[in-house]
Amino acid sequence: MKKTILEVRNLHTHFYTDKGVVPAVDGVSFSLYEGEILGIVGESGCGKSVTSLSIMGLIPSPPGKIVDGEILFRQQQSAGEKTEDLVKVSKKRLREIRGNQIAMIFQEPMTSLDPLFKIGDQIIEALRNHQRISKKEARKKAMELIKSVGIPRADEIVDEYPHQLSGGMRQRVMIAMAMACDPEILIADEPTTALDVTIQAQILELMKKLNREKGTAIMLITHDLGVVAEMCDRVIVMYAGKVVEEGPVRTILKEPKHPYTQGLIRSLPKLNKREKRLYSIPGQVPKPGSILSGCRFAPRCEVAFSQCFAKDPELYRIKEGHQCRCFLYEKEEDIVHV
Amino acid sequence: MSKPLLQVKGLKKYFDITGGVFSRKVGEIKAVDDITFDVYEGEVFGIVGESGCGKSTAAKTILRLIEPTDGEIIFADQNITELSFEEMRKLRRDMQMIFQDPYASLNPRQRIEKVLEEPLIVHGISDKQERKQRVQEILEVVGLTEEHGKRYPHQFSGGQRQRIGIARALILNPKLIICDEPVSALDVSIQSQILNLMEDLQEQFGLTYIFISHDLSVVKHISDRIGVMYLGKMVELADNETLYEEPLHPYTQSLLSAIPEPDPDIKKERIILQGDLPSPTNPPTGCAFHTRCPFSMEHCKHVCPKMKEVKPNHFVACHLYDEAVGT
Repeated sequence: MKKTILEVRNLHTHFYTDKGVVPAVDGVSFSLYEGEILGIVGESGCGKSVTSLSIMGLIPSPPGKIVDGEILFRQQQSAGEKTEDLVKVSKKRLREIRGNQIAMIFQEPMTSLDPLFKIGDQIIEALRNHQRISKKEARKKAMELIKSVGIPRADEIVDEYPHQLSGGMRQRVMIAMAMACDPEILIADEPTTALDVTIQAQILELMKKLNREKGTAIMLITHDLGVVAEMCDRVIVMYAGKVVEEGPVRTILKEPKHPYTQGLIRSLPKLNKREKRLYSIPGQVPKPGSILSGCRFAPRCEVAFSQCFAKDPELYRIKEGHQCRCFLYEKEEDIVHV
Repeated sequence: MSKPLLQVKGLKKYFDITGGVFSRKVGEIKAVDDITFDVYEGEVFGIVGESGCGKSTAAKTILRLIEPTDGEIIFADQNITELSFEEMRKLRRDMQMIFQDPYASLNPRQRIEKVLEEPLIVHGISDKQERKQRVQEILEVVGLTEEHGKRYPHQFSGGQRQRIGIARALILNPKLIICDEPVSALDVSIQSQILNLMEDLQEQFGLTYIFISHDLSVVKHISDRIGVMYLGKMVELADNETLYEEPLHPYTQSLLSAIPEPDPDIKKERIILQGDLPSPTNPPTGCAFHTRCPFSMEHCKHVCPKMKEVKPNHFVACHLYDEAVGT
C-alpha cells in the first residue's frame, strides 16, 4: 500500500456573495499517494480549481471561506511522520510549506509571472525564500533549473523578461520555479490548456519526467480527458462541487459507472472512429448552489428516478479503489465513510 | 462532384510592421501567404493549425472583413475581391461568420431579439411583423424559446450564447458560414450539443461550412475535407479519412501524434516536435517547417515547396514527395 501524503477530508469551501452563499466545493474528500499522478476532471464551475486553491491556502477571503473539513499534509521527517492540517496552521507556517513542499502551476503563465522582474530573479526569489543560500549560489541553481526543464540558452534566459518568451517557454519557467525547492506535491491547474498541441505534448512529457525522476506527486487538474489518459494513475471526476466518481484511470475511461462520467466520455469526438452523431448530455452545467436537494446531476441524467431528486447519494464502493456517487449502485454496506 | 461554391486562389494577407517616429514600414507579417483551395457546395471544409498559423486571418480575409493583399476569392462565380463596399455588404447575406467567443461578439446592452433583428434591418426587410416572425422562428431552430429573446447576453450560459451566435449567422439564410473556433470556449458536454446542432442545421438548410479549429478531433468529426496550415501556408489538403489515416506532411504527422487520446489502450508512436513556432515576422527561408522537421534536408532550407497533388485529391507541400529531389 502506498503512503498517503495529502488527505482532503470533507472539504467545504463556500463563497459569500451579495446573492447568497455559493458552495463551490461541497464535501470533497480524496487522498493523494506518494509519487502518483492524480487527475481531477470536471467542467467549468465544478469546483476543481477551488479545491486546489483551498489546499494551497489561496482562497481569497472574503468572499471565500473554508467552512468545514480538513486538509491533512503528511510529511516524513527525521523524527518520524508528522501530520499537519493545512486549514488550521498559521499563515506563517503555510507560507513555509507553500512553494517549498507544495508548489503550484497555473493555466496562464503570463499572469503568474511578474512582468517587471527578470526570469532569473523570480526563480532566485523562490529559492531564497525557502533556503539559506547566497545570491550567487541561487543564480547558479536557477540556471540549472532552467536547463532541467529543457529551455535552451539558459544563460541568456535568466536575464530576460517574461514577455520575451513564448507561451510554452513561460510554462517551462513556471515549472522550473515550482520545482525549485523539490516539492513533495505539485498542483498543476490546467497547465497546458492555453498551449498548442505540439507544445502541450512537450510540457506533458516534461511533467512526466519530473514525476518519474524526482518522485513528485502531481495533482493534475484538467478538463481534457485525453490529457488524463496520457498522464494520470488515478482520476477523480467532479460535478457541481462534489466528487461523483473516483478510480484508476483505466477503469474511469473504459468502464465508467456514473452517468455523468459515461456521458462525458461518450460526448467526445473520437479520432479513431467517426460517429454519425455525437452523444450529448442534455441541459447545462448547473450554477453552484442552484440545486439544493438530491443528486446534483439528476436534472440532466437519463436514468434518474424519484429518489435521485429527493436524497443526496453517498459514494458507493464498486471495487477496491473505485467509487461512484449514484443510487444505481446503492448498497448500504458499501457506503464509503470518510 | 458538385461545383465549387468558393474558390480561393493565391490568397495573401501581409500586415505592415511600422516603427520609428514617422511610422515607417519596417517589415511585414505574412499572416496568410499564398493559400489556394476550393470549397464545394454542401461540404464542410476544415482548416486546422496552431495559434499564429493564420487560420483566423484567412477566414476574415475571405469575408473581406480585412482586405486581402493579393489573390482572388471567387464566390458563386463572382470575384468578390473586385466588389465595392456596398456590393460586398449585400453579398454578406450569403456569407456569414460565427466567432469563437460569443460573448465578445454580442452587444451587452441589446436584448437578444434586437441582436437578431439587426441583420434583417441591414438587409432591407422592412416589415416589422415579418422580422419578429423570423426572429421567433430562428430562436426555435437553434433550440431556444421566444422568451429567451427578451433577455440580455449576460443572462445566458456559454453554450446558449453560441446558439445565439449561430442564430444570428443563420437568420439571413446564407449559403456559406465560416465558423472560427465555434466550440473552443465551451465545455465538453456543451461542445457536443453545439456540434450536433451545427450538423443538423447543415442538413436542414443545405449549408456549406468552413470550420476553423485547433482541435483535431473536432475537425475530424465534422469535416469532409481538411486543410492543414503552418505559418501562413497550407501544407496539406486531403479528404478527412485520408488525412488522418495517411498524413504525408511531417507537420501533419507530428500534429496527429501529439493529440492525447482519451483511451488508455491506444499506444501511439509519438513524434514530439522540438522548439517553438517561428515568428511570422521572420519566417525561416525555404520550407517554413524545416527548423522543426525531423526529415529536413539541405534542399528544404532554400527552396519553398509547392503544393502538389501527390495522390488523387491529396495535396501536400513537402520536398519529401518531390520526384527530382527526395527519394
